[in-house]
Amino acid sequence: MKLHELTLCQAREKLRRKEISAVELCRAILARLEEVEPRVQAFLSVDPDRALRRAAEIDSEEVAWKDGRPLAGIPLAIKDVICTRGWRTTCGSKILYNFVPPYDATATRKLLEAGAVLVGKTNMDEFAMGSSTENSAYQITRNPWDLDRVPGGSSGGSGAAVAAHQALGALGTDTGGSIRQPAAFCGVVGLKPTYGRVSRYGLVAFASSLDQIGPIGKDVRDTALLLEAIAGFDPQDSTSVNRPVPRYSQWLEGDVRGMKVGFAREFFVEGLDPEVRAAVERALRLLEGMGCEVLELSLPHTPYAIAAYYIVAPAEASSNLARYDGVKYGYRAPEGATLSDMYSLTRSQGFGPEVKRRIMIGTYALSAGYYDAYYLKALKVRTLIKQDYLDAFQRVDFIASPTAPTPPFKIGEKTEDPLAMYLCDVYTVPINLAGLPSISVPCAFTPEGLPIGLQLTGRYFEEERLLRIAYAFEQAANLQRPPLKV
Amino acid sequence: MKISCQDVEKIARLANLRFEEQEIEAFRAQFEKILSYMETLNELPSEGIPPTSHPVLPSRNESNAFREDDPKSSLPQDEVLANAPRPGKGHFRVPKVIEKE
Repeated sequence: MKLHELTLCQAREKLRRKEISAVELCRAILARLEEVEPRVQAFLSVDPDRALRRAAEIDSEEVAWKDGRPLAGIPLAIKDVICTRGWRTTCGSKILYNFVPPYDATATRKLLEAGAVLVGKTNMDEFAMGSSTENSAYQITRNPWDLDRVPGGSSGGSGAAVAAHQALGALGTDTGGSIRQPAAFCGVVGLKPTYGRVSRYGLVAFASSLDQIGPIGKDVRDTALLLEAIAGFDPQDSTSVNRPVPRYSQWLEGDVRGMKVGFAREFFVEGLDPEVRAAVERALRLLEGMGCEVLELSLPHTPYAIAAYYIVAPAEASSNLARYDGVKYGYRAPEGATLSDMYSLTRSQGFGPEVKRRIMIGTYALSAGYYDAYYLKALKVRTLIKQDYLDAFQRVDFIASPTAPTPPFKIGEKTEDPLAMYLCDVYTVPINLAGLPSISVPCAFTPEGLPIGLQLTGRYFEEERLLRIAYAFEQAANLQRPPLKV
Repeated sequence: MKISCQDVEKIARLANLRFEEQEIEAFRAQFEKILSYMETLNELPSEGIPPTSHPVLPSRNESNAFREDDPKSSLPQDEVLANAPRPGKGHFRVPKVIEKE
């Protein structure tokens, strides 16, 4: 097996036993990254020198293998919306084309403290607004299982990089499905933690009450290890929650018999692809075969989630993105003669069409006379959606659904119709509105070799149980993978 | 909900955005379609239902999270200004705001 094909945990074992060095591993990953990058285009920036220097540093550390450095020497990628000190962070936007953060995000700092080697920053939909990574101002990332298809979004670069073995794991962010949907589309594992589980400090804000940073891994074990490294309370983020962090990677083995898994009848939406439906029905039978009890239930407000989400998220975005005005950082339009011209020209030239669309929707929803009808109404519907889940979790331990209604779609297929793109998020957005933890695990490949993801959602702060059932499912499914097309 | 081109222009002004004329019409049509979809929310009675902002900690909907007010050092001025398109004399330079009469 080639080094780049190892899982994070396998590579960690080899490093621990000194079969390989961090520098060797880093070189292997960088070689693979460069080899397939012309076809995948997952990265907005790669810094081989920095990565190799860091790997050499880890090799020279005597203490690297103790518990304090659980990711010592592991090459990882970070979505380009998470700040990295001294390393350009663009958010996939022209307006931040030259922004070099003067500080690390807490998640970045924690990865570095755990000994990780950062190889690059990954492509994304501009400001994380999108479901295909086609809204990047820089490049189109391609799905490693079919280069004519999208990798999902908005963390499409992170999903594709992990699938194509360009990094052993990655961080993404999830506001309405942006970790889980690309994980499903790329045949890897992605976890959105409970809102407040991972600090958002240094994550460039899109919709503050929904955004969460989370891991994307080759398998469930890798994902657990990455979550363990980044989770925890942070005084720098007032919405982070002060609760102890379990050793997620120690929770994987263990019985799942008798666990109750719910499937909501509202999940059979119009537009659910028959192959996805069949794959998820097979997954439910497999869970039953593993000793879980599968129950049908109802989440009656599910059909309203997209509408509520596409008010709440743009409203918060319109406020968060007001800071991009050409004054403090990023792009400034050269020709603005007055301050107000400079603002509006900078923003009109610096933002792409989808970001403008969402700023406009958000501004409208918050404007005088419409606030109660749209924004307040959406926040109330959010309460109803959350209550649906609280009620359901009285009866079941987990809720299963498809991660996305279709397999990965073709590049360009949905770019003309924003609403059609929004409807791709039907299974993921309710989870963000409710703030619950949720994971996408590969459950099938279509006859054409396209991956399909199963989404499992758990109770607040029960990531360890979620990882356990996901791990048990992954082991039982033992999916045979077609070859990558890179 | 009918949206006019004037509505689009007004919202654009509020958001400090500018659009070309043909963009405004395309935008108006998309906007109308998206907003009609949002109106499905009106099917739901919502009187007496509290709004949710922090989904996990209900108390955070009304209160703030305070920490001890310990002074800490901030970023040095040169690092803060390093990303500015036009820094100058320890400030952010912008086009003139006040005209001399």
